[in-house]
Amino acid sequence: MKEKPVTPELAREHGLSPAEYETVLGILGRTPSLTELGIFSVMWSEHCSYKSSRIHLKKFPTKGPRVLQGPGENAGIVDIGDGLAVVFKMESHNHPSFIEPYQGAATGVGGILRDVFTMGARPIASLNSLRFGRPDHPRTRYLVSGVVSGIAGYGNCIGVPTVGGEVSFDECYDGNILVNAFTLGVVRHERIWLGTAAGVGNPVIYVGSKTGRDGIHGATMASGEFDEKSEEKRPTVQVGDPFTEKLLLEACLELMRTDAIVGIQDMGAAGLTSSSFEMASRGGTGFLMDLDRVPQREEGMTPYELMLSESQERMLIVAKKGREDEVREIFEKWDLDVSVIGEVTADGVGRVRWRGKTVAEIPIASLTDKAPLYDRPAERPEGQDALQTLDTAGLPAPSDLGETWVRLMGGPELSDRKWVYRQYDHMIRTNTLVLPGSDAAVLRVKETRKGIALSVDCNSRYCYLDPFVGGMIAVCEGARNVACSGAEPIGLSDCLNFGNPEKPEVMWQFRSAIEGMAKACEALGVPVVSGNVSFYNETMGKGIHPTPAVAMVGLLEDVSKRRVQWFSSDGDLILLAGADRLGIHLGGSLYLKEVHGKIAGTPPPVDLAHEKRLLEFLREAASADLVASAHDLAEGGFACALAEACISGPGSAMGARVLNPFPAATRPDFAMFSECQGAVLLSCAPAKRDAFLDLARRFRITMRELGVVGGEHVDIEGLARVETAELRKAWSEGFAAALGLEG
Amino acid sequence: MKTAVLVFPGSNCDHDAYHALKHVVGVDAEFVWHKSSSLGGFDAVVIPGGFTYGDYLRSGAMAKLSPVMGAVRRFAEGGGPVIGICNGFQILLEAGLLPGAMIVNDSLRFVCDYVHLRAGTDRTPFTRGIPVGTVLKIPVAHYQGNYYADEGTLSSLEERGQVVFRYCDSAGNVTRESNPNGSARNIAGICNEGGNVLGMMPHPERCSEIALGSGDGRRLFDAMIAWLAARTA
Repeated sequence: MKEKPVTPELAREHGLSPAEYETVLGILGRTPSLTELGIFSVMWSEHCSYKSSRIHLKKFPTKGPRVLQGPGENAGIVDIGDGLAVVFKMESHNHPSFIEPYQGAATGVGGILRDVFTMGARPIASLNSLRFGRPDHPRTRYLVSGVVSGIAGYGNCIGVPTVGGEVSFDECYDGNILVNAFTLGVVRHERIWLGTAAGVGNPVIYVGSKTGRDGIHGATMASGEFDEKSEEKRPTVQVGDPFTEKLLLEACLELMRTDAIVGIQDMGAAGLTSSSFEMASRGGTGFLMDLDRVPQREEGMTPYELMLSESQERMLIVAKKGREDEVREIFEKWDLDVSVIGEVTADGVGRVRWRGKTVAEIPIASLTDKAPLYDRPAERPEGQDALQTLDTAGLPAPSDLGETWVRLMGGPELSDRKWVYRQYDHMIRTNTLVLPGSDAAVLRVKETRKGIALSVDCNSRYCYLDPFVGGMIAVCEGARNVACSGAEPIGLSDCLNFGNPEKPEVMWQFRSAIEGMAKACEALGVPVVSGNVSFYNETMGKGIHPTPAVAMVGLLEDVSKRRVQWFSSDGDLILLAGADRLGIHLGGSLYLKEVHGKIAGTPPPVDLAHEKRLLEFLREAASADLVASAHDLAEGGFACALAEACISGPGSAMGARVLNPFPAATRPDFAMFSECQGAVLLSCAPAKRDAFLDLARRFRITMRELGVVGGEHVDIEGLARVETAELRKAWSEGFAAALGLEG
Repeated sequence: MKTAVLVFPGSNCDHDAYHALKHVVGVDAEFVWHKSSSLGGFDAVVIPGGFTYGDYLRSGAMAKLSPVMGAVRRFAEGGGPVIGICNGFQILLEAGLLPGAMIVNDSLRFVCDYVHLRAGTDRTPFTRGIPVGTVLKIPVAHYQGNYYADEGTLSSLEERGQVVFRYCDSAGNVTRESNPNGSARNIAGICNEGGNVLGMMPHPERCSEIALGSGDGRRLFDAMIAWLAARTA
């Protein structure tokens, strides 16, 4: 068989720019082979190389006393004491999920699970952050059903609970949905494994599924915009096999209990290419690989296809020389393929052989060191000022505030997500102590007293209006959510979803969001330990709102001190912490969008010093058993937070009677639905009142006593009074109704 | 007293069953790999939930062919207590140790939620001491939990007291609304004629500690221990 000759045109078709191709020629001193061109094109794709983002990602704080592993490995690792650590990461699978929602979402889950267990950790929980187009867009229902069942299909089968997440809708995602998957695992410090190829002569071992032709060029696809031909890209989407991954998980963890291996990495995007070159690059070594020894599912695969296949459920292992049989025995026990396909070499060159010939020979250091790095031009969009202009006085007031309230609670953004999470096994492994539906999910860590709180957040309207403040808010909100559950935020992973970075306006959004997030992380002392960038979320030239999703991980030293967002006892007092943070902030609010059809203005202001004190206060209030429930004010403002605290619990809905926390002259609809940052709705037993208020004073948190839990209504004095049953009905049925799904 | 927790490729509630038995209830437990052909030395057998062989064929259709299932059959014939939970129930059906079959939930979706069960008989080792009519709060998590059998089989199950659990509301009423998957006659669990083999879709191992939302699942394991103790005494 004759290989296609490599030309500058072919290089361009592979996504390499003329300058990038010149660099390739310079590195090799000759024209690359087709296989080599394939390798360069995936390794230098935006998805794998972070060429447009690296320069900005450096701005994140990534260190801290608890951080054992920051960005750059398969996942980040944070110490939780007792000799244990948590390993976590979030990653996007946006493009494949839009093309083929079930498999796209399923393999997104599979990929992130592998990133975590490849480091030696047993995955104990997953989250996801999903964005879809308008609920009434003709494709949305299909995409929601497909993505949710894909996540369920994979996660449920492998037996890792999906314990939380977020689902949001906006027109800007009509042609470009977001599917971000997060997994967290637990590992003992001495069992942590890294993706490194060290020790000259050590065997390189392939384990897992056989290699097929699926997913070739997935990474390159994820690095381009969509057009009307996207449908033709379906064959680039991989097919997941959660059963095989379950076997792979058990086999890898069994292997890692021995000391037979040196390094291990999953074959994710760019498959065999990225795993082999990245491991050698970290180890400062080279490798020799014989493709004829790669287990193959199909006949007649070319070296190009073998190197670029993104077949799922595969791992690359560097073992200690002489220990091959131990590795083989374990993988054969689990009915998985295992094959020694090469060895680690000293000369820093990655050599790939096939049918007796060398088909690729690339100096590894050049592949990484000379990888393109762009400081792309960034410019504030021309229309940004106009976007931030909002005339609140001109907004018509709704005639019936109660009705508006019920409508928001039952709308696509705030309604109960049970239709979604009921399809996810969220209880398996018997650690989930706070099930989905609260601000944060809480899991116990067996054999310790500790708990892990998890939340994933991003308000993309805020990020669209002001990416810097929106970025700060995404971090603050995540931290506040885990603190409401009683935990200390100890680290985060992010998934930065943006449009085309070659557009200066998108780059400005990206840079600003990162700077906002970084500032909040510094102020709150929360390191970014892992993450992922997804650019080119555009279809036909139209980009999404900037959506930097933040997955926050919190630690409870004593999991019995966990708290939930809902009221639990009639007669408990209702208080507002951070009452001084309230104000008329309608910019980017849910009320403005849902009721007035506008996304405009500026997001609510953030006071980072206040946020920091608030986090500490919330944690102390939980650990001193002073607070009964805590729920932060977010989308929908004070009224919607109150309604959620009343109706979102697993038991019967609770009523409440409270004062209007706004000055009497405030326009009633603004008082109910203005949004703010840094306020939390709390409840406490009457006997704890004085101590609770003392604690708030100690942390300089402004508290306002608002009312009492009880009754059949949610009643905000002078503003609105609605039966709890009515709110709950609208809220419970709203999600399926908005999407026209069967309940 | 020692319990076997079977492990097939794709079992994923094996650790949960082991934890509930060993660390919550406090009975000795051991994992048994599906290629083992003996259950010698064990007093009870748990076939845990999961997706054996990915459920790519019918749930349980592959697992029934594993060597350990021959041993389970002999163990059951000898009167030993066997409980199959979720996928374990499906395996028992496929193996013919219990009558009937599972089809996909009537919603065509996976369902993970707490449900209520009404106890229908105390003749099994796992329900001894749990009065008929008792309402238990136990979660389900499955895609193929819609129990099906022909009318004759269903009537015979009822006549012979083999219906161990039915889905019900929190007050114990067996209603259409309380049935999470469309199971015939709201059946959530059945036993064999001898009463020693129980298959159930809900997960008692997931609710054996109050912190997890319910401690009702523990009652089944406690009953099993009491039954075994009484047998040896």
